[in-house]
Amino acid sequence: MFEVTTDFLVVDELSKSFGGVKALDRLGFPVVQGEVLGIIGLNGSGKTTLVNVITGFIRPDSGHVRFRGKEITGLPPEKISGLGIARTFQTVRPFHHLPAFKNLIVPLYSSRIRSAAGGGRWGDRDAVALDLLEEVGFERDSAVPYKPAAALPHGYLRRLELARCLALRPEVIITDELFSGLSSSEVGSLMPLMERLRERGITLMMVEHRLRELFQLAGRVIVMEQGRKIAEGPPQAIVADKAVRETYLGAEL
Amino acid sequence: MAKRRERIDRPIKVLSEDIYALESVSRMIYVAAPSVFPILFLLLLPLFTPSLYMQRVLILTAVYALLALSWDFIAVATGLVSLGQALFFGVGAYSAAILNLHFGLPPMVTLVVSTLGGAAIATALVAPCLPLRGIYFAMTTLVYPLLLARAIEATAVLGGTDGLVGIASFPNVWVERYLVLVFVLGATFALRRLLRTDFGLVMRSISDNDQAVRASAINITVYKLIAVYLASALGCFAGAYFTHLYMFVGLSAFSLDLSILPIACAVIGGMGTLVGPVLGAFILVPLAEMVRDLGTLRIVFYSLLLVALVLFKPEGLMNFLHRKYQQIERWVQV
Repeated sequence: MFEVTTDFLVVDELSKSFGGVKALDRLGFPVVQGEVLGIIGLNGSGKTTLVNVITGFIRPDSGHVRFRGKEITGLPPEKISGLGIARTFQTVRPFHHLPAFKNLIVPLYSSRIRSAAGGGRWGDRDAVALDLLEEVGFERDSAVPYKPAAALPHGYLRRLELARCLALRPEVIITDELFSGLSSSEVGSLMPLMERLRERGITLMMVEHRLRELFQLAGRVIVMEQGRKIAEGPPQAIVADKAVRETYLGAEL
Repeated sequence: MAKRRERIDRPIKVLSEDIYALESVSRMIYVAAPSVFPILFLLLLPLFTPSLYMQRVLILTAVYALLALSWDFIAVATGLVSLGQALFFGVGAYSAAILNLHFGLPPMVTLVVSTLGGAAIATALVAPCLPLRGIYFAMTTLVYPLLLARAIEATAVLGGTDGLVGIASFPNVWVERYLVLVFVLGATFALRRLLRTDFGLVMRSISDNDQAVRASAINITVYKLIAVYLASALGCFAGAYFTHLYMFVGLSAFSLDLSILPIACAVIGGMGTLVGPVLGAFILVPLAEMVRDLGTLRIVFYSLLLVALVLFKPEGLMNFLHRKYQQIERWVQV
């Protein structure tokens, strides 16, 4: 269904140390266009560092990140997101003083979107923003999209993070523990949305602790430990993997 | 029986088809009054202050209002706290003097050139500090005016400690009186307007959460530079204006007062409101003049008043007044 190329998004031999701690240790893997790739691992295994390196928030000590054959290592975050690699943050980062839908004006005002056809003028952006919020599950005709972000419950803030990514018309969305802090029913209501994104052909790379839900979505899972890849494969294989079982002893699988 | 204070927005506007419809003339006045009356008041003020001393206090107030506005705009648009408004003032003041003395340009031309050009110089100086945050940015901006003042003192260029004299004054007294007031009004409303556009919304978001803005494919450095340029243009205009007013420029153009007092104005008037800092200047500066007779004690009274306002009305006067004007308060039983 999707073009399978090995030069879509490639992580190559990434290393990053903080003091003496190796957060990433020669980590490498390709991301295939259109797939849902799960990244799991215990706390401190380097997952968030990986997200930060790919999205330009942290510069790696060595190694490369390539997107569509182009070197993007060390580019600033605004350049990388401008290429269509969007991300969510582990702790939600809305613009608190703005109404929820106005939060989306920020990505809609980026040159990536403004230069695209139908980028829209001032008033139009509000309509686009409301459409995006509806897409991620804000009730269109309610007061919710107009409430200040500071007054929204956590579940909505997670959706708002996704909407901020979608506003960039991304090719890749990298989520950093999108489901954390949500109840089972809240995660359950997010699942159809994630599946829709996958069906639209958006490549998803999900760093996640909620394994049950992740394994429903992901076609492939990478397990990290101390900055290295210790296992890789489809969810069924990961569940059966002995090394993974030992790492996650006692964890829900 | 426990009681609780409830605040309700005054129901003055009716939203219909995306436009706000007002029901009556009295409500129209209610909506317009907060902006119309202060503007009229400011524009009429020079007509009712006959003495030269009063005129000068009014002008000094307007100059501090510009600096306070400049400080507040940087804070709102970038989230940075600047301690160096004197840099903008000094650069504007000295460039106007040089343009007038060495190139013979008339005051109205030097005002424009030193506002636009001086802002470019000041922005170039501040630009390397823009990635810094919090106290680090504040420290570097604090140092600049001191550094330039000492440099002029040590090298004796630009008149050294004597300053530069013999600078042309304004063509007539009415230009002198109204120029700065009109500029204060224009700048306040232009910046408020700017912050309401999508462009301004992106600016305000940077002060809220710069990481999320960067993750939204927006280069925050560009926005910070534009914000600093606009803010320094206000300061440079104030400096250039002052130079022509007194026909003199000296090291006092970089004085610490010009950096600190505007922050006090902004805090008292209400940070982040743009109008608040202007209001703060119109309270603090005349007050400082009124208590001048008290000698050194005036600093004590003045400081006590500042502390009291910050303690009891930390939101600032503007936010306080806005709330009182727009909302009905009543006690309800819980």
